[in-house]
Amino acid sequence: MTATAATALRTRHLLSIDDINEAEIALVLDTAVAMKEVGARSIKKVPALRGRTVVNLFFEPSTRTRLSFELAEKRLSADTMGMTTAGSSVVKGETLIDTAKTLEAMSPDMIVVRHASSGAAHLLSRVCRSSIINAGDGTHEHPTQALLDAFTIRERKGRLAGLRVAIVGDLLHSRVLRSNALLLTKMGASVVACGPATLIPLGLDRLGVTSTTSMDEACEGADVVMMLRVQHERMHGLFLPSVREYFTLFGLNAERLKRAKTDAIVMHPGPMNRGVEIASDVADGSQSVILDQVANGVAVRMAVLYLLAGESKENE
Amino acid sequence: MKVLLKNGRVIDPAAGRDGQFDVLIEHGRIAKIGKSLAADGARVVEVPAGFIVAPGLIDMHVHLREPGQEHKETIETGSRSAVTGGFTAVACMPNTLPVNDQAGITQFILKRAAEVNLARVYPIGAVSIGSNGEQLTEIGDLRAAGCVAITDDGKPVNTALLMRRALEYASMFKMPVIEHCEDPSLKADGCAHEGPVAAMLGLKGIPAVAESIMAERDISLAEMTGGHVHIAHMSVRQSLRAVRDGKSRGVNVTCEVAPHHFTLTDEAIKGYDTNTKMNPPLREEADRAALIEGLRDGSIDVIATDHAPHHADEKALEFDRAPFGIVGLETAIPLCVAKLIQPGIIGWPRLIELLSAAPARILNVPGGTIVEGGPADITIIAPDAPVTIRAAELVSKSKNTPFDGWTLTGAAAATIVGGRTVFVNRSVTGADRFEERA
Repeated sequence: MTATAATALRTRHLLSIDDINEAEIALVLDTAVAMKEVGARSIKKVPALRGRTVVNLFFEPSTRTRLSFELAEKRLSADTMGMTTAGSSVVKGETLIDTAKTLEAMSPDMIVVRHASSGAAHLLSRVCRSSIINAGDGTHEHPTQALLDAFTIRERKGRLAGLRVAIVGDLLHSRVLRSNALLLTKMGASVVACGPATLIPLGLDRLGVTSTTSMDEACEGADVVMMLRVQHERMHGLFLPSVREYFTLFGLNAERLKRAKTDAIVMHPGPMNRGVEIASDVADGSQSVILDQVANGVAVRMAVLYLLAGESKENE
Repeated sequence: MKVLLKNGRVIDPAAGRDGQFDVLIEHGRIAKIGKSLAADGARVVEVPAGFIVAPGLIDMHVHLREPGQEHKETIETGSRSAVTGGFTAVACMPNTLPVNDQAGITQFILKRAAEVNLARVYPIGAVSIGSNGEQLTEIGDLRAAGCVAITDDGKPVNTALLMRRALEYASMFKMPVIEHCEDPSLKADGCAHEGPVAAMLGLKGIPAVAESIMAERDISLAEMTGGHVHIAHMSVRQSLRAVRDGKSRGVNVTCEVAPHHFTLTDEAIKGYDTNTKMNPPLREEADRAALIEGLRDGSIDVIATDHAPHHADEKALEFDRAPFGIVGLETAIPLCVAKLIQPGIIGWPRLIELLSAAPARILNVPGGTIVEGGPADITIIAPDAPVTIRAAELVSKSKNTPFDGWTLTGAAAATIVGGRTVFVNRSVTGADRFEERA
């Protein structure tokens, strides 16, 4: 790992946090600072990606990630087009590769993809000429979410190294956990992952994080408490007995938050289930940075798009 | 037509033979085996130095896909793939469309195999009608039609009761029940070995115990009934322990492993190449090492490939949506050489036991040995021949292999079935002398 400052990304795609090193992560975050400033202007637009085409390919329902990417692309003056599964050729039985190749025949520069299958972005990166940005693949990764989370933490804490970050919830099915665990440990933070034993993946420790089933233990001395969404379908049957018991054991309420540092921040990638994983007074309280995450998402995605576009320009 | 194979290293573990011998083939049978046999009008083929004359290899676990999925493989292309890989016989799984659950389908398979006339094809019948796990097939009728074993492969025998009845009933015909060990509730929609790699990749896991729980159930039932259970494509150390325990108690249990399970681990699935997706999945290093040890110490009876052809279009999908399975017939010999012979785990006699004598014994079919009067099914192996696996050049109709581009050693130089040379490997120096001449 290089300690010197990066001036560009070596990768053409952003599929996983594994694709970028410490210096490159810092470059993205630093670039996002400037991008955030663009969003504060009265005319929120720069010509950086003028003439470039970005395709937003969303095979899964998504509101915030899709809109965040769209806004980021527009603020960079890129031409964008979007496709969601409803009404598309996918419902007619077209394969992912065929869909991507069809869109690619229109010569886009970048494809932002969200898909229910882990590895879908990798698959596209093998068959497409465009830069692929993973906007969430199955239960694998969601790298721009981890970057915007890191940006938000750094903005509040001034650093990432040395922080204690608790990530709580459905660890087994969370792509947010995987990307965050890789990024935060790379940047020198320590991560404790907490969730019910039925939702802790076998071999989680190999991600460089410690795991616990005690919410109190996870919150103890934390600088950051990051709550993960628990899908409703996990709430019945074999993973969890009930919402009621889940909130009792793993929900973040004001009492539990007291175990964290007094200046600890509370995060959630959204969408939240109030009263399931997080109490409303905490979600809306002074320690919550949940809406900052949304705002920062645009700036961080602008940075990623800008840096990857610079890379593809050099390859021409 | 008489042929005399002169001075080959004949390795026949069933006969306890390993040395330089001459083998005289006449009328499709082994006429004589001995030192310095007289040509006596036979065409003399001097076996190149270093080549091995082995009883024909038998792959007891292949999917020929015909009838019903001829876009993946046919009895013709699968048979051609078999002899190219050095197999003189294959046993084909019943999960065709329709399922081989009645004599008419068995007869169709045998008719096609006879027309193709390359490898011997031994059909395996279904345990239950449609492999649906409810009603026993007419196992006696399947046996009479030519089935050599029964299985619901592709899935496990549905219930413990059905397995009990299958073991009891099949024992009347001295047929093994081959089991695809997998607890369906534990496997669920998993697509990779449950462990750190799947956790990192975000792939749903198939736990090791999904296999071993079923193996333990079946071994207990074999113990109770006295029937013969054969554990197919065993992949985890927990199952191997169950097999060892069963054998030590005298249970009639045998097992097989596939070359990919002792060659690769779940590390290979990083990158989401769907040609690394098979069922059971590639397991972790401790399992791979345990299988190697089981092959060495004799706990594992057979190496079978689980040859599972799939069309390229079917594999060009997201990892979790692609079908399980890889082709194996044409890569078995070099993988065995690389992982078992070259590191000194086992010697050639043991390998030939695993690939020929043991499957012949388990399925109770001819071959597996080179004896006077026996069928002249012989595989000539060039153990030192360099080979580079090229997916595009596989003879199988499907090219789904994770070993594309691997440079290895060891190949079938020639494959002889019933005294007829059905395959000569033109890329092996010296193999051309096995070519039949008019």
